[in-house]
Amino acid sequence: MDLSKLPVKPTPELGIFLLLAGIAMASAVGVIFFRNAIRSALCLVLNFFVLAFLYFTLNCEMLGIVQIVVYTGAIMVLFLFVIMLLNLGAIQTDKDEKLDIKLPVGIMLGLGLFSLIASQIVPQMIKIQTPKAPDNFGSPQAVGNTLFSNYLYPFEIASILLLVGIVGSILLAKRRLNP
Amino acid sequence: MIQWLQQLMEGFAKWPPIVQAVIRALLLVLPILTLVPGIIWYERRLLSWMQDRIGPNRVGNFRLPAHWKILPPGLRGRKFKLFGLLQPIADGVKLFFKEDVTPASVDRVIYFLAPALALFPAFALGATIPFGPYTLLTPVADVNIGVLYMLAISSLGVYGVVLGGYAGNNKYSLMGGLRSSAQLISYELSMGMSLAAIVLATGSLRMTDMVAMQEQPLWGMGGYGQIFQNWFILTPYGFISGIIFLVCMVAETNRAPFDLPEAENELIAGYHTEYSSMKFAVYFMGEYAAMFIFSAVFATVFLGGWNIVPINWGFLADNSPVLNGLFGFMKSMTIYLSPIWMVGKIIAGLTFYIWLRATLPRLRYDQLMSIGWRSMLPLATLNFMAVATWIFISARYGSAAGIGMWVVAGVVVFTLWRLLKSIDKGADLEVRTVKMVGGKPAPVVEVDPERVAEAVN
Amino acid sequence: MNGVPLVAYLLVGLFMFTIGVVGVVIRRNPIVIFMCIELMLNAANLTFLAFARYMPSSNVAPTGQAQAVMSGQMMVIFVMAVAAAEVAVGLGIIMAIYRLRQNIDIDEMNLLRG
Repeated sequence: MDLSKLPVKPTPELGIFLLLAGIAMASAVGVIFFRNAIRSALCLVLNFFVLAFLYFTLNCEMLGIVQIVVYTGAIMVLFLFVIMLLNLGAIQTDKDEKLDIKLPVGIMLGLGLFSLIASQIVPQMIKIQTPKAPDNFGSPQAVGNTLFSNYLYPFEIASILLLVGIVGSILLAKRRLNP
Repeated sequence: MIQWLQQLMEGFAKWPPIVQAVIRALLLVLPILTLVPGIIWYERRLLSWMQDRIGPNRVGNFRLPAHWKILPPGLRGRKFKLFGLLQPIADGVKLFFKEDVTPASVDRVIYFLAPALALFPAFALGATIPFGPYTLLTPVADVNIGVLYMLAISSLGVYGVVLGGYAGNNKYSLMGGLRSSAQLISYELSMGMSLAAIVLATGSLRMTDMVAMQEQPLWGMGGYGQIFQNWFILTPYGFISGIIFLVCMVAETNRAPFDLPEAENELIAGYHTEYSSMKFAVYFMGEYAAMFIFSAVFATVFLGGWNIVPINWGFLADNSPVLNGLFGFMKSMTIYLSPIWMVGKIIAGLTFYIWLRATLPRLRYDQLMSIGWRSMLPLATLNFMAVATWIFISARYGSAAGIGMWVVAGVVVFTLWRLLKSIDKGADLEVRTVKMVGGKPAPVVEVDPERVAEAVN
Repeated sequence: MNGVPLVAYLLVGLFMFTIGVVGVVIRRNPIVIFMCIELMLNAANLTFLAFARYMPSSNVAPTGQAQAVMSGQMMVIFVMAVAAAEVAVGLGIIMAIYRLRQNIDIDEMNLLRG
């Protein structure tokens, strides 16, 4: 590809983006290549945290902060909790998975997938440079107004889904009294 | 003086935004860092006073040499008492020079990472708190998601504790870490719910908007009711929210009576058992910084931010025939010295923390969970629903109907409470009469049921 | 964000998604596989938001343009809600399996073998 045709100017925003994106991608790689489940989980925490900042760069401040609350604050703590309860981190380091044949196959698959999709989207999307949405489209007011007017029924259904999730997880994790 | 300060501010406003942000952040973090030893000293002295001990009172006392000719004659050979103020510094020096033991079988990376992760949220938490009406200086970032930011960052606090507990490779540490994660997740919900009620009443997530809202007339009163400011702690919903927030903030900072993660007599020291020297000091510092910042959040959200008392001095100055000079002076003092009032409120919050520690025994694990899930969360949710109803009624039928709703709600709650109490009475007394094994029944001590109920509660 | 083309966000999202797929293929620890699924969901979320910011829906919804712009963010909110429910139930399942087998290696889970 001709690099001079890439219409990217080195701006401070681009630098911040590259930093965040680099951390996000490196931590994503860390998730699958650390043998220890705890370290994988920590990489994922870092990834989600940085992802929130990527959301901020897209002016979605509400969703970025929700990302931190939901993913790093709740979901990943749950993961860590389960890993520690089952004490997987300690066991898995020793006898861990032999990455044998799966590793090259997986990497080839990943490369194939990446190049396939990238070859389809990059030529299409390369021209889009400037954001078109209004700057305040990610403010809590805007998100709340839309969520509770146009998306009220999906919202209610999502809350029912979460309720079912709570009940289901309690049922699964409960110790049977009479086995 | 004031003009000079204004000129300084005008110059400051022209600096590049990144430099301004860094200066704002330093203005937040450096005072906290320097105040932490002071907080530790304050806690130890106050605790010793409450427990009728002396506490650290020696370090820092000094006597000026009698033969120094430089000093004025009155000062030569004079004794000065600092009331042990240098004790935390001595402790810090001791911690620095202690041997930094790293146990052999720890997970090294996580072991080193955990204290840093514990300290980070404690400092980052304060970024949206306004310490005064100077927008150039005080909230590091006055973002439109201020309260949510606070909740998000405080939810990161769990990592330092959990990972510290895990990395120690020690059963007790792990127990502490697991307890902590369960505790923090449970109490975050109630904290979020209690703040949600306030957010609903304010109509904004921005911290400065919350302070501005609290400068409105109390309960929306007109006329001379405008003398008082609408601090949320003075409103019925804000009072309930404030109490829930107080409990949750103690739980979130792992302080007594919610200090199960580091319960000394059950878990040795819980999650930081394996930590020594500076790494322990970092945990310690994180805890005190978190106390400081949570007190600041409480002061901002419920105690009117940087206003000194809930009185609208500007209104008084405009409307009073005689003392308007005094009231005007009070108004300008409230504005110019606002960080001092804010710090005063924070010290009140710290005093509350220490008072709790001196008063209450540690909760059992099931009591902790029961308080969090069965009392705090339903209460916060009910409060949230009540605020929503109130806003709806006020918007539909006028503010008088809204106040009427609060009165009705208060009467209903009070009646229910009395009813429940009358049903509950005597239930506790059954437990008290113990039969001796293989002997005569123990004499049933005649007790006043009221006093027993008090003691049990 | 000015100066950053849309395709940069898309490539980051695509990379994270690919890593998630690779992780599901090469790892045997079900919790790590689960984390990789979360990674894929988040990659999708990033893509949604990037599109929402750079190419907001130009169709005018019945309620007006302002609402149509928000659809990407709404999608992300629902993905998060579904992911939270999924994690709660999934980790519950893992706990249940661990209690049953004392082992959660995914290659040895053959309870349903005929």
